[in-house]
Amino acid sequence: MGMTMTQKILAAHAGLPSVKAGQLIRANLDMVLGNDITSPVAINEFEKSGFNKVFDTKKISMVMDHFAPNKDIKAAQQCKQCRTFAKQFGIENYYDVGEMGIEHALLPEKGLVAAGELIIGADSHTCTYGALGAFSTGVGSTDMAAGMATGQAWFKVPEAIRFVLQGQLSEDVSGKDVILHIIGKIGVDGALYKSMEFIGEGLKSLTIDDRLCMANMAIEAGAKNGIFAVDEITTAYMDGRVNRPYTIYEADEDAIYEQTIEINLNEIKQTVSFPHLPDNTKTIDEVGEIKIDQVVIGSCTNGRLSDMAIAANVLKGKHVHKDVRTIIIPATQTIYKEAMKLGYLEIFIDAGCIVSTPTCGPCLGGYMGILAENERCVATTNRNFVGRMGHKTSEVYLASPAVAAASAITGKISGTKEVK
Amino acid sequence: MNAKGFTHKYGDNVDTDVIIPARHLNTANHKELASHCMEDIDADFTKKVKNDDIMVAGFNFGCGSSREHAPIAIKESGISCVIAKTFARIFYRNAINIGLAILECEEASNDIKDGDEVSVNFDTGVITNLTTNKTYQAEPFPDFIKEIIQCNGLLNSIHQSK
Ligand code: SF4
Repeated sequence: MGMTMTQKILAAHAGLPSVKAGQLIRANLDMVLGNDITSPVAINEFEKSGFNKVFDTKKISMVMDHFAPNKDIKAAQQCKQCRTFAKQFGIENYYDVGEMGIEHALLPEKGLVAAGELIIGADSHTCTYGALGAFSTGVGSTDMAAGMATGQAWFKVPEAIRFVLQGQLSEDVSGKDVILHIIGKIGVDGALYKSMEFIGEGLKSLTIDDRLCMANMAIEAGAKNGIFAVDEITTAYMDGRVNRPYTIYEADEDAIYEQTIEINLNEIKQTVSFPHLPDNTKTIDEVGEIKIDQVVIGSCTNGRLSDMAIAANVLKGKHVHKDVRTIIIPATQTIYKEAMKLGYLEIFIDAGCIVSTPTCGPCLGGYMGILAENERCVATTNRNFVGRMGHKTSEVYLASPAVAAASAITGKISGTKEVK
Repeated sequence: MNAKGFTHKYGDNVDTDVIIPARHLNTANHKELASHCMEDIDADFTKKVKNDDIMVAGFNFGCGSSREHAPIAIKESGISCVIAKTFARIFYRNAINIGLAILECEEASNDIKDGDEVSVNFDTGVITNLTTNKTYQAEPFPDFIKEIIQCNGLLNSIHQSK
């Protein structure tokens, strides 16, 4: 019986010739990830269980990104616990202030994840690395602790939905619009327990940043993982970053899919997800008159260099609306530096935005842009749940960097057409 | 293994941000987490909840972040079992891994009302609403998962298999 891309990677890592949907397996891990919120819980469990070494000092990453630079004393204590643990156990990929970036932008950038690998992370957006043809999925802290100790994790082999992408993206439409469109179509539990596999000639018009953004939000459809077929765009990105051999898996021709959904990229418009669920989407021509108080451009979804470029392109020579606080957060130090060299940061500052050091910050309502009662924010992040960015009556509207930048200028949710 | 208690009922898509808001994630202390459990959708939950109570919800319970703080907060607040139509997958894993019992049963979730007294038999998957005297059949856990829960969590099960 044929296997999906995901099933092939799982079988290879479980040492089995084949697996099928529903099967419980134990598989070997190529990378175990944690951040400053989830690692402390994992470290407590690891220590309580009396483990005295980690399975591989190269295959664990710890990134201080959520509440770092530390937002308060408790956050400082949590980072300190991670730092101490990383030193004690010789964790090589420990990233702290000065080197860190948002984990899901940082790991691909550093070549720490690659096609065909199996990655777990104690962070739900670990599914991002599927953009490179890896199987990666979010787990909890106990899984992280067990993974650090044994190099293994248990999985139920998922079935998959196949998304066949056709056509080409229109101008000013990006991967974010595609994934919001898809989530709007299938719902926040539309891919529950399943893989989302992306194939088709439409992939050619998706940059690696578009794909990272789309795989990132697979979890917002309830998926176990999102994964893209590997092509020249993927290998061009990995070559020079990934310093070890990697394996490209393709789905078998007779692989069984629960469903196949065709997406014509030409038809996708700029899309916004309304509160309080990511599947509550409207296209830009349907949004109506919605005044906003804040714009955030950043996060593991849209804090990459091309996102900065898109925002800079919209904001160049303009000024943001006087009632809109606009916060821009490049996702990693490298992106920050590139954005500086390319003149984007100057464009942002001249336009009346602030530019922050890499951090998750406001994305999860941590700090650096918390919303007050009844305030509204257009954000390039991935979740708009009740209270996600601040007060429980505040509202988050999810959009692409192009829409977010245009909205910052007009003071209401707007497409790029309105500011040209 | 059994559970028996009074229910607290919620709707679909209860996400981890309302189970335990991120503003409280600067601690891993179980008691402190429990003291903020559900506060954004049910401000009185922490006052009402008693040991052994049961939580009932609709589709996709626990969607959103991977924070294990969510099942920890629920378990620490005294909840003995969560019954939902479906669970988000990371929440499902985390609950099993920390030893919080969870069951999927659409019918039970539809029928059971807030405040009903309910008992659950985990070996058979039978849920009984003691208030209305109705029973429901949920899928019992596969052996693999039973083993983890019986060992009181994943890490203990790893130790015991060594
Ligand atoms: S940017 Fe937001 S979604 Fe991404 S890892 Fe940070 S908190 Fe999570």
